[in-house]
Amino acid sequence: MNRFAALLDRLIYTPSRNGKIRLLTDYFRETPDPDRGWAVAAITRDLEIRSVKLAAIREIIASRVDEVLFNLSRDYVGDTAEAAALIWPERHGANRVPTLTEVVEELNAASRTEAPKLVEAWFDALDADGRWALIKLITGGLRIGVASRLVKLALADFGNKEPQEIEELWHGLEAPYTDLFAWLEGKAEKPTNAMLAPFRPVMLSHPIEEGDQDRIDLATMAKEWKWDGIRIQLVREGDEARLYTRTGDDISSAFPDVIEGFSVNAAIDGELLVFDPNITEQFAVRPFNDLQQRLNRKKVSAKMMASNPAFVRAYDILWCGEQDLRRAPLSVRRARLEALIGPGLARVDLSPRLEADDWQTLAHLRANPPIDAIEGVMLKSLDSEYVPGRPKGPWWKWKKDPRLVDAVLMYAQRGHGKRSSFYSDYTFGCWQGDELVPVGKAYSGFTDQELKKIDKFVRDNTVERFGPVRSVRADREFGLVFEVAFEGLNRSTRHKSGLAMRFPRINRLRWDKPSGEADNLTALEAMLPPE
Amino acid sequence: MKPEALLHPTPKGLYCPPGDFYIDPVAPVDRAVITHGHADHARAGHGAVLATPETLAIMAVRYGEGFTQQRQALPLGEVIDVSGVSVWLSPAGHVLGSAQAVVERQGTRIVTTGDYKRRRDPTCDAFEPVACDVFISEATFGLPVFHHPDTASEVRKLLRSVEQFPERTHLVGAYALGKAQRVICHLREEGYDKPIFIHGAMQKLCDLYEELGVSLGPLETATVERGKVEKSRFAGEIVICPPSAIQTTWARRFPDPLPVFASGWMRVRQRAKQRGVELPLIMSDHADWAELTDTVREVDPAQLWVTHGREDALCRWAELEGRQAKAMRLVGYEEDGE
Repeated sequence: MNRFAALLDRLIYTPSRNGKIRLLTDYFRETPDPDRGWAVAAITRDLEIRSVKLAAIREIIASRVDEVLFNLSRDYVGDTAEAAALIWPERHGANRVPTLTEVVEELNAASRTEAPKLVEAWFDALDADGRWALIKLITGGLRIGVASRLVKLALADFGNKEPQEIEELWHGLEAPYTDLFAWLEGKAEKPTNAMLAPFRPVMLSHPIEEGDQDRIDLATMAKEWKWDGIRIQLVREGDEARLYTRTGDDISSAFPDVIEGFSVNAAIDGELLVFDPNITEQFAVRPFNDLQQRLNRKKVSAKMMASNPAFVRAYDILWCGEQDLRRAPLSVRRARLEALIGPGLARVDLSPRLEADDWQTLAHLRANPPIDAIEGVMLKSLDSEYVPGRPKGPWWKWKKDPRLVDAVLMYAQRGHGKRSSFYSDYTFGCWQGDELVPVGKAYSGFTDQELKKIDKFVRDNTVERFGPVRSVRADREFGLVFEVAFEGLNRSTRHKSGLAMRFPRINRLRWDKPSGEADNLTALEAMLPPE
Repeated sequence: MKPEALLHPTPKGLYCPPGDFYIDPVAPVDRAVITHGHADHARAGHGAVLATPETLAIMAVRYGEGFTQQRQALPLGEVIDVSGVSVWLSPAGHVLGSAQAVVERQGTRIVTTGDYKRRRDPTCDAFEPVACDVFISEATFGLPVFHHPDTASEVRKLLRSVEQFPERTHLVGAYALGKAQRVICHLREEGYDKPIFIHGAMQKLCDLYEELGVSLGPLETATVERGKVEKSRFAGEIVICPPSAIQTTWARRFPDPLPVFASGWMRVRQRAKQRGVELPLIMSDHADWAELTDTVREVDPAQLWVTHGREDALCRWAELEGRQAKAMRLVGYEEDGE
């Protein structure tokens, strides 16, 4: 348990992805089975402890700590779990530090009356970090900034395998994953995924950049819209149906409407979108914002499903009944897909083909899509096999040009890790009369050289400091103007400006532009989708 | 006599009317007793300063030789009479030279701890409890959530990280007086014998520690020769610097610096996260909750007065223990100063 606690502790404070991966692989190397497998399950949230809840932990604390002292402490620390872990007055005795495996197995075997007694005894045996890890394990919300995708990358790195191999196996595996670790360490064959409706690693595209057009023969390419939803894989195998994200996370429980509306035995590659429930003759796609409200939830309410119903717009098929289609060319797969989906299923329809024989026509389509929820066009070689990963050549994406606005730097925040000595996160605003209203925040799009210059500007023109944040001089006469690029704009009640940008980044530094000539808020408001 | 007549708070600090002197005054006064050399306790510009020889030496290094008109060195344990008030100093275990100030008159004895801790510190004498009527205790970490872990295991965390990330420079933020030298000594105790790099601001105090008999092993200044890019020289090295230096442009001379901070505040995750610390080392020169409460029980004073820090919780604890206690709100001390 101590090693697991130490790992969590390091992961929380380590901002860099590679740093986290190294901490994880070191842990896998040094920790025996089945402890390391339970740790993986805890981090990927594939572990649920039912015999103890947070309320029981509060009671355990109250049995030993004065309430006034606990409240003073919690107010100071700002987090109940952490305050509880720190304040626990250890009773020294014959307590032995439990392993992670003992904790998991004993809690799972214990009844609701037995479990709190176990926890109390472990609290005495563990130190503050150990108790914190135990509470986090029990309550299920680790919040350590590690997505399950990162754990899979670390596992791949540890075993010197391709991440896709791990993703493909993942949902067929069960904690504590001893068969997986045996394979990763070269001690056993690759485990076979016997699960129904497994995930199949997805094929990704490259952006079209300058010069690429000359190398692409449009006549050999299928053209489609690039939908502004999220890439998913929808699989049904008999009674078992699952919806996966492109990294293989299972999000079926958040989209029962889609699962139910997909009745055929197949693995479909497509875009998850939300439609307008008032229009029945076809799926009228709603903006990304309406989809966002359904993401990152474990469960979904009936009300939400009625107001924001979801469907899948299919563009590829990987498996059909008994047959794996991934080695077949796209043209063949497309024909199978059309035959299968036909005019549409309850919650699945076809992504239409676009006609464009030359780049000019395509450019026109790209620049003038019929609805907001399209972010560009896709080109896919008709003879391409379905290859996991991002092979260069067969698939291309050509996104709409971003929207641009000139905004004035208002606040700068220190970065993390490599950037901890730089003010690298910027809040910028547009004019409303003589006042700047914050419209967004960005921390990318500039070179290291430019970062140094902005950092110097921030240090030289600081007006006020609030912890890691500085406000900089920004008025009609003086200020730094950024040309900000972003993908779209939504209404937002959470921001003073009433709007929220998608993927804002610094496009250009406008050292030359007087701050008073930056854009007005009204310019952004004009870009909002109709209400 | 009533203890309040012997020592009571004023805007300039704790004042002793019969002896006409202040303890750790926050503004210039004629006569001051200084418990230790940290800037919020030891200020320049007093008429006369009475302190341990080490504390006087530290003040001279920090403020220059002219920091006071008259220095009076009082070695630990020696008693002097100041206008009918007996005054002596007893070790506080906080930093080199740190002392508790004991004042006594007509059978009433008050101990002012200044800042103190109880665990072993290789750079200074250990705290010695003094029986008294009134014990004026600091309460910087006066909440039951503060249990400072074993120092050696915290230092081993640092060494382990250096092993795990050999291409990065570990930048250890530590206060220039006390904490920096303590970190160095503990590193040496763990067998780390490579040169340790120090920020320029620490040079004088490290030299003074050596002079006063605290051996720090090989130290080098963390400088880069002008015009020469030789970042790689610091890969895998440990650099000790003032905490504020980690966020300055100074830190950019090192390859992918990994920010470390040695402080008791690192116990609270949110604090560490806020500062962008990647490796928090929970290492304090102040007593934690158990040390505070154990010390009060050991000294067993008739009254406990609590100052700078979280007075509420320690007073609540005293109430639960059936002890007489009051919060004494002295202004001018850095509650977060560590």
